[in-house]
Parts: sequence; structure tokens; C-alpha cells
Amino acid sequence: MSTSMNGKAASATGAAEDVLLDIRGLRIEGQSDDVWSQIVKGVDVKLVRGRVLGLIGESGAGKSTIGLAAMGFARPGCRITGGEIYFEGTDIRKLSQSEQIRLRGRRIAYVAQSAAAAFNPAHRLIDQVVEASLAHGLMTREEAVARAIELFGRLGLPDPENIGNRYPHQVSGGQLQRIMTAMALAPRPSLVVFDEPTTALDVTTQIDVLVAIKNAIHAEGASALYITHDLAVVAQIADEIMVLRHGRMVELGATDDIISRPKEEYTRDLVGIRQIHKTEGNGLAREPLLFVDGVTAAYGNALTVLHDVTVFLPQAQTLAIVGESGSGKSTMARVITGLLPPRKGVIRFQGQNLPPRLADRSKEQLRVLQMIYQMPDVAINPRQKVREIIGRPLDFYFGLSGRERDARVSELLEQIELGRKFLDRYPAELSGGQKQRVCIARALAAEPRLIICDEPTSALDPLVADGILKLLLRLQAETKVSYLFITHDIATVRAIADSVCVLYRGKVVRFGPKAEVLAPPFDDYTDLLLKSVPEMQVGWLEDVLKTRRMESAGN
Amino acid sequence: MTTTTPSIEERAGADGERSTISLVLRELRKAPLTAWFGMLVIFAYLFVALFAHWVAPYGESQVFDTPYANWAYIPHWSWLGPIPYWVTFEPTGSEFLLGTDQLGRDMLTRLIYGARNTIGIAVATTLLSFAIGGGLGILAAVRGGWFDQILSRAVDVLMAIPSLIFALMLLSIFGSSVLNLIIIIAILDSTRVFRLSRAVAMNVVVMDFVEAARLRGERLAWIMRREILPNVLPPLVAEFGLRFCFVFLTISALSFLGVGIQPPTADWGSMVRENATLITYGNVTPLLPAGAIALLTVAVNFVVDWFLHKTSGLRDEH
Amino acid sequence: MHPILRTVVQRLALALVTLFVVSIIIFSAVEMLPGDFAKAILGQSATPETVKAFQHEIGLDRPPIERYVDWITNAVQGDFGSSYAARAGYKRTVAGIIEPRLWNTLFLAGVTALVAVPLALFLGITAALYRNSLYDRTVNALTLTTISFPEFFVAYMLMLFLAVKYPIFYSLANVSADTPLLERISRIALPVMTLTLVIVAHMMRMTRAALINLLASPYIEMARLKGIPNREVILKHALPNAWAPIVNVIAFNLAYLVVGVVVVEVVFVYPGIGQLMVDSVTSRDIPVVQACALIFAGTYIMLNLTADIIAIVTNPRILHPR
Repeated sequence: MSTSMNGKAASATGAAEDVLLDIRGLRIEGQSDDVWSQIVKGVDVKLVRGRVLGLIGESGAGKSTIGLAAMGFARPGCRITGGEIYFEGTDIRKLSQSEQIRLRGRRIAYVAQSAAAAFNPAHRLIDQVVEASLAHGLMTREEAVARAIELFGRLGLPDPENIGNRYPHQVSGGQLQRIMTAMALAPRPSLVVFDEPTTALDVTTQIDVLVAIKNAIHAEGASALYITHDLAVVAQIADEIMVLRHGRMVELGATDDIISRPKEEYTRDLVGIRQIHKTEGNGLAREPLLFVDGVTAAYGNALTVLHDVTVFLPQAQTLAIVGESGSGKSTMARVITGLLPPRKGVIRFQGQNLPPRLADRSKEQLRVLQMIYQMPDVAINPRQKVREIIGRPLDFYFGLSGRERDARVSELLEQIELGRKFLDRYPAELSGGQKQRVCIARALAAEPRLIICDEPTSALDPLVADGILKLLLRLQAETKVSYLFITHDIATVRAIADSVCVLYRGKVVRFGPKAEVLAPPFDDYTDLLLKSVPEMQVGWLEDVLKTRRMESAGN
Repeated sequence: MTTTTPSIEERAGADGERSTISLVLRELRKAPLTAWFGMLVIFAYLFVALFAHWVAPYGESQVFDTPYANWAYIPHWSWLGPIPYWVTFEPTGSEFLLGTDQLGRDMLTRLIYGARNTIGIAVATTLLSFAIGGGLGILAAVRGGWFDQILSRAVDVLMAIPSLIFALMLLSIFGSSVLNLIIIIAILDSTRVFRLSRAVAMNVVVMDFVEAARLRGERLAWIMRREILPNVLPPLVAEFGLRFCFVFLTISALSFLGVGIQPPTADWGSMVRENATLITYGNVTPLLPAGAIALLTVAVNFVVDWFLHKTSGLRDEH
Repeated sequence: MHPILRTVVQRLALALVTLFVVSIIIFSAVEMLPGDFAKAILGQSATPETVKAFQHEIGLDRPPIERYVDWITNAVQGDFGSSYAARAGYKRTVAGIIEPRLWNTLFLAGVTALVAVPLALFLGITAALYRNSLYDRTVNALTLTTISFPEFFVAYMLMLFLAVKYPIFYSLANVSADTPLLERISRIALPVMTLTLVIVAHMMRMTRAALINLLASPYIEMARLKGIPNREVILKHALPNAWAPIVNVIAFNLAYLVVGVVVVEVVFVYPGIGQLMVDSVTSRDIPVVQACALIFAGTYIMLNLTADIIAIVTNPRILHPR
């Protein structure tokens, strides 16, 4: 059984190969608004025993649906309409319902994206972990518990003997995800389907879970389908990668080939993202546009979220605020915009103190400071047309109306590469990236000096996110606007920032020009953060593990 | 397909502009039979209610000297069962299609005027209840803080008393007049509207587009009217149908109990009460107004059910 | 203190506060009486002296707070004062009027609950399990129709068919204190049926919705993907999480039952507290109305409190704190 991690791709002609899963011409339909339409349009998947196949694609590519179909399962609102699914030589689709049930959990197991939701809140973890082994009559309870404890240890969980006695809400997200992996591996299945197992986790936790999963798969000698939207993640764990798009296969190949020698243009684009690199402007010395001076902020009476934060940002430059969730980076945006008046410290803008409370700021002070949000879906009113969304700031700040206003809106639409045909569309008729562009146009309409960008690309598919970053850079060159860019992604920082501030538990760990902050010597936290974002490079994970100094913050 | 960024994003906006009217027509064509039935009944009721004056054969309280005249002549209702032999006199009397009531007033006429009075009062009450509950609910969601706290606690307490019981108590104190009835029921019912509109508006208030409007410096009234109201309208419209049914049934029940709409105003609830004893003789007269109430609420419920299915279904569309 | 105990005590305190505020509202009802109320009760011929005496008797000449304290302390001990009705001859205490009728109403509601709750749960659970089947759609359409009917429509329909056309049951439910149990039950058959029809429709729909919501949870999908047979998925994974929503549904509908009783009692001339309240409203016998309102509100609050507490006790997050 091959356990080589990045072995040569299984060539399609190899006769002696032990093919575990062979899906041919798979077609799946999905229902939306009473109409059935094809979401998987004839896909072939072949997985050799002992290997890991990565399925990658943007949202809507059909990758999760394929993963479930490998178990003969279709979610409500989906149905498998064509193709054969051979698992260990038998076509699952031809099996009866009860025969399929006997296969699930025993021979093929599943690891879901959100562990917090996929565990039953009413039962202890251990009972859920051993459930499949017992239901399929594979072992006695004692054996199953011993096996679970062995797996807990292998997955690096603390206190493997007792952690199973807890309830799901009593352990952290990263631990739950490992316990779910243990749950899947417990009955010794030959195939495990991982459906974005690290996506919902914090950046620094993601790597630890990824390592745990990788080691466990290889130690168990299991085969796996690993589904994700992140090519860099899948490159760390898969032997082969299949790129999917719009329910069709784009390219299939050995991991190294896909990463280093992609054939299709779409794959090349996927590999090519995160290669934007902004040469940093010099000028931290210049009179700053924004000066956050000794700010301490708290919600309510108890929780202090920011401790004595001092950062500044010159005109026409970008300051990236980096940190994981809970580090206080979004709170910083709320303090600067006046939504959360600080306990201590002041915000200076263009040399003047800004009133701490939003209500006390003048229209002019509000105009020069605009904001872009993480979720474009909820950042624009679904009941307003693009014309109104972008037009309102023009009307509000500059008193434009009628033809004059429409002309300016069209101009802005051109600027964000959409064009005036979008004037009368509702947000529901736009894609995620288009919505984010509309948000950018709305901010630009106020002709601001500073735009606060709160993770504007993290909810978007990688290629779309790339497009947004390029747009932001171009707009900065054109309009000399400054960005305060909040993110957890170091690659994004490299792409867009001039200076960087690393936040950890509400304190500034590191602040300075990008070249300085991202160059050694590092403090432990920056080191961890830098080594938490997978790079598009085979073997990166192993290198990082050797050099990393700090365990993830979640542990 | 090339892979420059804008073209990737093109797909969602492909189907261009769709006018609201054609969208509504398309939905109507796909509506299930129950919804069509419901809409038909509602329109028929509204027509009768609005044009009661022309539709009704006699005056609202016109008394004829033949109490209970041919109240067994009910060919339309014969499916209800065998007609008792001793009331089948005057079989050709088409003068009073549905017979007359205990005072000798034409039943059909009373029913038609009852439509106007009963539906009119219920609609007025529901509108008032939405004006109070909806307005305060949205305001509480937007303002938050002590304003929201005080209102929410007050509503909790008011809702701890069953509304029919509360209404009975208040009517015993203030007396039963149509105005009292409308105000009391509207205020009691507005607690439920308050809860729903507050909950729905809460979901909208936390959206970033509301924060964006705040950061822009928009005034509270503008935010409520332009950002929040359009987004809470669909669930509130559905709720309007349900609240109307509830109010309509409550008022009918009160009238039936004799503390609602008072005679001689024609009203379905009191008509059931006035003719109730007839049922023990196998006569269906009291069932006519009761059936009229039932038919309308069934119709409204069918339409609301479809509407709810539609609006919640649209959200899944991506 | 264990979090469970703390939460339960909190809810209990909240319910008491609510009951207290409700009692103030009900009490202040008298304060809102129009000035000529005494005349309306005593008749136009009443002399100023009798009016004055009456006002003194109901205590309108004493400060409200003092009267409230009196009223509530007595009410807690089951003494609601005396009725305005039948004043000339003899006095009747409110408690004396209410007590037998309260038992009658509790009997009616209890029998209905015994029939309706199991029936509704069965229909709701099966409809959720066989979702979108013909059975589900039929039950759905039927219950949607039934909840739209006013209670008196259902009542008279049943009466017409099951008592008049085909005299199977008693058309009126006039029982007295010495009616034997079996006859009592057969006499209230129609009221129970009416209430059951109305309640079951509501309860079944809510049970179905709660269960469908539950069955859509990711952990149910996970259980299915582990190869757990359908029956066990329902029993082991859905049911333990279903108690809270189901108990909520039951409490909500029992509370609804408390109100529905009023109309049904009037239709079937059943000597219960609902009919008493309606009669007292008509005759503006305020002490009786107040007492009835307090009893109804108290029952309502208690039912909701019970549901709340059961939901707390079955919630693993509170049961097993971090």
C-alpha cells in the first residue's frame, strides 16, 4: 500500500492499479425555485487505493455534491441522474437502500465542514465516535472506545483518555474537527471524504488540523477525497488534484504537475493568484493622514478588546492590520469610524482630532472616511437598484440629482469595470464579486481620503478576490486614496500593503513598513501567523512544521 | 471562456432586466389551485362588501312580517343532509333566497351587509394594529437600548394575558361600541405585530448596509424608511393576512359571545348567536354566517400559505 | 449554584414578576370605570345614598394601593370578594361562584388535552417523517382548513350532524355537580371533539414544522452518512433534541385551549368558568370578571413557565456547562 505523500500521479493506463473508487459520467441535478438544472455535468473520478485526491473549485463547481455522491448520497433538493459509481468494484447506485446504508460509515466515511453543527449536541463525543463501529457490528464497545482513544492520541488531541466524555459544545472548533476525523476513521473505512474540513477554522488552527488529518490518513492507510476551494491547502495533502468548474472537470494531474505545470488557462489563473506584489511606498515619515494614538477600547464594562494601540497611515498608502479572529482588528475599524468611542486615546485625521462619537462628526468628516465590508451580500440593500446604492452618497454629500447624478454613477461603474448596463440591476442579479465592486463604487462616490477595508476579499472565491485586489490597487494609483486594510491573510498583505500592523489579543505586536515587518527576526506570533498561510508549493507544510516556534493560538 | 476577472463574474447578471409586473404575472401563473381559489373568494367577498348597497335585495334592517319564512327552502344547501319534513312549507318561495331570521329580516341581505361590517371592522382593526405594532417594533429594533427594553418587557406582560380574556375584561369596563372594539383588539393584537416586526427588523438592523447608512450620516427616519422597511415588508405582508384572520375570528367570537358588534348592525358573529337555537331543529341558518366566516379565513390562509412559500423560496435562489 | 438551578430560579422569578404586573393591570381595571358605573349597575332609579353606599362597599373611597394590597392578599388565599350580582337579597362570594365552574372547565380542558395531545403528536411526527407524501399533503390541507374555522362553526357543524341529524351525542353539555362521571364524559363528547379538532390542527402543524426544522440539521445528515438506520436516526439523534420544541408546542396549544374553552362552553351551555366570564362581562359584574381574568392569566403564565423549564432542563448546553 502506497503511503508516499506526493508520489507520481496514477497514470490512467496502469493495469495493476487497485482502483478503489471509479465514478463514470456522473450527472447530478439541483432544484431551485421548482426547476431542476444540472449542477454536475458528466464527471469522471478515479481514485487508487491508498491515495488522496484533491477536488478543487470555486463555489458552484459541484465539488461537495460529487463528494457526497461518492457515498451514494444526495442532499435534499439534489438528485443523481446519471453515471456509475463503482466503489470496490460494485456500482453503489445499483445497491438497495439498506445495502447503501451498510456501506456508509463502515467502508466510506465523511468529514463535514462545520464540526460544531455536525455533532449532535445531546450526546457525549465518545458515544458519537463509536456509534458507526457499533451500528455496523464491527467491534464491541470496549474495542471501539480503545480505538477512539488511540485515534484521539494520533490526531494530537489533549487528554485522549477523557476528551470523549465531553459534550460537543465543551471543546474548541479545531479539536472538534479532529474528533470528527477520528469519528470517520474509527471503523477503518477504506475511503474518507473530507468536505472543506479546515475552511471554518481560524488561520493558525487550520494548519494544525491539516497536519493532524494528513498524518492520520497515512498512518491508517486510508484513501481520501479532499474537497476544498484553496489550491494551496490541497497541494499540501493530495497526491493528485482535479480542478472543477461549473460542474465539469477542467484538469486532472499529479499535484506537482498542477502546481508547477498547469495546462489549462483556468488552472494557471488559480495557481497564479497571490502573485500580486506591491512595492511599498516609502513615507511613514511623512505627515500621516490617519493617526490612531494610544487607543484603548472595550465593549460594555468588562471586555477590553484593544490595549493602547498606536498606528498611523500616510496619504495614498495602505496599512494592513493583520490578526486572527478575536485579535481586535474589526474593533479598530469600529473605533476609527466612531461606532465605538474609545476608552482612551484619540483618532487624528489630516492633523485634526476626530470626535470620538459618530453622532458628533460633521458631514465632511464622515465623507472623507468610507468603508468596504467583508460580506458584499449584506453590505448593500437587496431592495435598492445599483443606481440608488451608488447614487445616494452623491445626493447626500454633493447634492447631485437626476441626469447629473446618473452620469456620475455611470462613470463610477466604468471605473469599477462594470459599465452602465448595471444601473438598473438589483443586488440579487449580481455575483459576489460584482456586489463587492458596487460597494467599492459606493465608497468612491463620496470621494474619500481613506477607505477602511474590512476583509473585503475573504468571502470571495480566490480568482474573484484577486480581481478585487487589483482593482483596489488601480483605484489607489488613480485617486490617491489611502486604505486601512483589515485581513488575516499574509498573502493579501504582501499583495497590497505598504505598512503592516500585527495585532494579537488587542495589542500591537509589530508595526512598521512591510519589508521590515515581514522580514526576520520575528516575534513568535508573527512567525506563527506567517507560517499559517499555505503557499502554493508542494512540501511547504513539512518545512513549516520543522521551523515553527509557537503552537496555534487556539490550542 | 476566457478568464479575465470581470467575465467570470458576468454569469449571475445574465438574464437582464425583468419588470415587476411580468414577474408577478409569472408567479401568478404558477400559483397552485388553492391559492387561486383563495384569491377568487377574497375578491368575491371584497366585491360584495364594497357594493353591499347594490348587491343586497333588501335594506340592512328591513323587517318582514314572516319570521322564519321558508327557512327550509335551501336547495343550494341540500347537500347538508335531508331537510326536516316539518319545515318544508312554501317550497316555491323564492322571495327570500336563504329565508329570514328570527325577526323576519332577509337572511341573504343580512349576510351581505354583514360582509361589509364584519370585514370592514376587522380590516380597520388590523391596519391600526400594524400601524402601532409595526411602527414601534421597527423603531425598537433601530433605537435599541432602554427604549427597546421597556417596550419589549411591556409587551411580554401584555402577552401573558390571553387576548380574548383581556378583551372581554376591557369590554366589560368600557362597554361594547364599535370604536372601543377596534381600539381594544388593535392594541392587544399589536403586541404580536410588535414582536414579529421587531424580530424581523433586528435581522435587518445588523446588516452592514444599515451600518453603511449610519456611517454616511443618514438620519434615523431615512434609515427606517429606505433601508429597513423595504426589507421587512414581505414577512409583514404575510403576517398581515394571518393577523387579519386572527382579528376577524376574535371579533366574530366576541360578537358571538354578545359583547362584540351590537345589534341591529348586521354582523356574522352576532347573526350566529341570534339564530343559534335553530340548530337544534336541524336548521342550517346559523351555519350560513359561520360558514361565511370560515370560508373567508380559509381563503386568506390559502393565499398566505402560498405567499410564504414563495417568499421563503425566493431566498434560496442564487 | 448549578447553572440549571440558577436559570430555573430566574425563570420562576420572572414569571412571578409577570404575574404581579398582570394582577396590577387587572386590578386597575376598576380604576378605569366610567363615573356613572354605579348607576349602570344599580339602575337609573338608584338614589345618591345607595350609589354612595355601593361606592363605599367596593372601596372606591379608599386609596388604590391599600385596596390593591387587600385584594391581592385575599385573592392569593382564594377570596375574590363578593359578586355585584344579586345584591338586593343575599350576598354571594366570587369564590363560591367560581369554584364548581373552575373544576368543570379543568375537567373539559383535561379530557381534551388527553385526547388531543397524543393525537396531534402522532399526526405531526408521522407527517414530518413522510414529508411531501400524499398523507402529509392531505393532513396539511385539512389542518390548514380547520385552523381557519371559527370554533363556533366547528361546534355547530358537529352539533347539527352528530346530535340533531344523527342523534349520537348530547347536543348540550349541561352537567351539574351530581352528574356521574360516565354520563359527564358522554355529555361533554361534542365540546371535547370541537376543541380537539381546533387544537390538533394547530399542534400538528407546529410539531411537524419543529421536527422538519430539526431533521434538516447537519448532525442528522452526519448520522445518516455514518450508516445509522432511519429508525435509529429518529430515536437517537432527532428525539433527544426534539423535547424542547415539542413541549413548547404543547404548552402553547394548551394555553390556546384555555381561551378556546370560552366559546365552546357558551355554544354547548357548559357550566364552566368561560361561560361565567362571558355572563359577568354582559352584566358587568367586575369582581367576577377580575377573578376569571386572573385565573386565566395565571394558567397561561404557568403553562409557558413549565415549557420554559422543560426546555432548560433538556438543553445539554445548560445541563453540561463548559
